[in-house]
Amino acid sequence: MVLASIFESGVSIQFYIVLSTILFAIGAIGVLIRRNMIILLMCIELMLNAVNLLLVAFSTYFGKADGQLFVFFIMVVAAAEATVGLSILVMAYRNIRTTDVSIFNKQKG
Amino acid sequence: MSLELVATILGGLTIGSALMVVISKHPVRSVLFLVLTFFLISSNYILMNAQFLAIVNIIVYAGAIMVLFLFVLMLLNLSKDNEPKSPFYIKIAAVTAGGTLLTVLIAALKDGIMVGSVSKEDGSSIGLVQNLGHELFTTYVLPFEISSVLFIAAMVGAVLLAKREKQLID
Repeated sequence: MVLASIFESGVSIQFYIVLSTILFAIGAIGVLIRRNMIILLMCIELMLNAVNLLLVAFSTYFGKADGQLFVFFIMVVAAAEATVGLSILVMAYRNIRTTDVSIFNKQKG
Repeated sequence: MSLELVATILGGLTIGSALMVVISKHPVRSVLFLVLTFFLISSNYILMNAQFLAIVNIIVYAGAIMVLFLFVLMLLNLSKDNEPKSPFYIKIAAVTAGGTLLTVLIAALKDGIMVGSVSKEDGSSIGLVQNLGHELFTTYVLPFEISSVLFIAAMVGAVLLAKREKQLID
């Protein structure tokens, strides 16, 4: 079953621009105020998803499939990034026994 | 109920749960709110006729990545007061910076000229598996193959990072 396209029913593309910009800003604020490394990674995922939302919105708006394929590749990169980021985090936790990012201020070299 | 109202409600819920991700003190609660955010974003995809991406978003993000986060969180066994609070001036500065980013981006994009024309033909089938698969394996077949190399690199990196520590213990 295929729904009617949302952009023909009165929802403008500006709605999704504002929505995804707000989501991106929330992710950016989260990266700046939280100090737990896991939360930082999650906020990065949130920002990636905000961009995905806007890409899908424009893809539907213009009737081209390219935007949705970009989202597909962004998901691939996000999965790889989460894997490596989390394994770095686990290794850092084993060594320094905390997930506080400010501990890295003490690193030298 | 009009589609516009549905979109507005879903958008509001998405922003609310995204805010809860940042605000929640407990990391596990934060992860669960992020899962909720991904489900809401998937429902937005369905509204925009991107059914395949909606399902992939649920499977990959809410299913795989978030379970990985939850698993690592339980592995680390963090308590609530594990995370020291940021100083107040940093919070003020962060919210100011984020608000400025939001204002600038919206101001720049709000009245942006939409180059290209909106397709008048029925675009409701572009989000289906058939169309996306055809595009993926013809136009974007090279990036698709390269992404498998990226995955191997990520896998090797993750195994290497996890293994070196074991040798140190020995």
